[in-house]
Amino acid sequence: MRYLPHTEEDIASMLETVGIESLEDLYSTVPAACRRSTPLNLPEPLSEWELDNRMSALAATIAASPEYTVFLGAGNYEHFIPESVRYLLSRSEFVTAYTPYQPELSQGTLQAIYEYQTLVSRLLGMEIANASLYDGASALAEALLMTARITHKEKIVISGAVHPAYRQVVRTYFSSTGYEIVELPYLEDGRTDLSALHGMQDVAGVALQSPNFFGCIEGVSQAAEISHSVGALFVTAFSEPLAYGLYKNPGIQGADIACGEGQSMGIPQSFGGPGLGMFATFMKHVRSIPGRLVGLSRDVTGKRGFVLTLATREQHIRREKATSNICTNGSLCALATAMYMASLGRTGLGELARLNFDKTEYLKAAFRSAGFRIRFSSPTFNEFVVEFPPGFDTLHEHLLEKKIIAGTRLARYYPELENCWLLCVTETRTREQMDRLVREVQS
Amino acid sequence: MKALEEVNLPDNLRYAETHEWVRLEGDIAFVGVSDYAQDSMGDITFVEFPQVGDTFQKGEQFGSLESTKAVSELFMPVSGEILAINESLAESPGLVNSDPYGEGWIVQVKPSHIEDMESLAGPDAYRETLGGEE
Repeated sequence: MRYLPHTEEDIASMLETVGIESLEDLYSTVPAACRRSTPLNLPEPLSEWELDNRMSALAATIAASPEYTVFLGAGNYEHFIPESVRYLLSRSEFVTAYTPYQPELSQGTLQAIYEYQTLVSRLLGMEIANASLYDGASALAEALLMTARITHKEKIVISGAVHPAYRQVVRTYFSSTGYEIVELPYLEDGRTDLSALHGMQDVAGVALQSPNFFGCIEGVSQAAEISHSVGALFVTAFSEPLAYGLYKNPGIQGADIACGEGQSMGIPQSFGGPGLGMFATFMKHVRSIPGRLVGLSRDVTGKRGFVLTLATREQHIRREKATSNICTNGSLCALATAMYMASLGRTGLGELARLNFDKTEYLKAAFRSAGFRIRFSSPTFNEFVVEFPPGFDTLHEHLLEKKIIAGTRLARYYPELENCWLLCVTETRTREQMDRLVREVQS
Repeated sequence: MKALEEVNLPDNLRYAETHEWVRLEGDIAFVGVSDYAQDSMGDITFVEFPQVGDTFQKGEQFGSLESTKAVSELFMPVSGEILAINESLAESPGLVNSDPYGEGWIVQVKPSHIEDMESLAGPDAYRETLGGEE
């Protein structure tokens, strides 16, 4: 879709057609108090050369990989992106943020989204995935709304080890509803304390994240079992789906809905966005899912074709009873993820996950033998929590000057985890970089 | 769309304003949707059922019909308990279109207030309500 601005002539001709003199007349029905009288506070336009210089100067102020050695994760991960993904994604046919709904014009994109849905379903061990949502946080909020829709119950239970930003988004989504949100604490080993869930009444949905915000692998099967025993649906959220190349996927472990962030699979970090909301479930819930769905169909001559399907769930048809107000998807990001998964294949995904795991274990062991405490004993993937001596903040700043970003300070989100830092290792970190980090921290 | 005079409204049924019909067979009320409703909706592709044993008040939503272009709620024409659902509609929802008063019945209800039947319209009164809707 091209953006064609109106020329002065276009505007004059339109004004003449509707029979008014000026744009001011056109807006005259808007009350004066609602209209801005001063110009927007924007700098003067720059020439291309000036803009280029300006952007270079801005870029120089940013601490990013590869110039910096980054041990930050916490929901956004640095992974190698194959050049094939970049190349395919740059094809102009795919460059749209919007879901194409005219099948006669959009078979290529619709087929690509269908393949994305298939790959996501397989990755998560579910039967059906939607065409994607905006990000992991809103996908989780949508999943919990869905549990309430299906069960007609009043309580939402969410683990305190779910990403703090996801929990905040869930609370925002539910703030105008009558549902009660119960947060479960975490145990000494870093996993969610499920004890309060036993026998809990009126629970619509229970959500855990695995790997959780601390990188710990949750006891998903057990949580699913307890959730089902109290008549609730169980949601597994995630911020690092690569973990399912190594660990059991949500579907195998009894999740009714699996949802989370897809950024780590082929989408650049881009300072936090855009991301991708992956969302998958089982066929028995298909009519309750939010967002768009692409289906495989046959045309009148029996030829295979891809179309948007089950649109009767959506708000342009179902109005206030729609399953969600999301009537689009993150197409370009979804396709990047599909291309990434297809490039790796099942075997590649397994090998890459193993490499991530091994490297993380290497750094964990190095910290341990250097005398630091690994805060949680549960198995982890890509991320783990280390307890540093008080005053590590200063060293963290100092390391930044040496172009090392030594993790996320957890006290910001969990005040009780004073001196605890979340560190992340992916395949992009080298042994030398990890050895150097440990040396620097020890000194 | 059928012309109003072509809409088939059997004499032995009672009709709700929301286009459900009721037929009493002993203690059991069969409930479906009228010929007018199925014709307006077009091809029915999915029936969302309540659970057997659920109880509803007259006028409460107990399920929905999905066609290729819309979803329409189903409302209880009489208060009562769901005794049975028409399982064959899960495989063949089109029966609601082809035989709305026979094979296309949707649920069987045990009415809790048999006098609810009195407030439902007969075919002539129901047909009169249809004209003004468009």
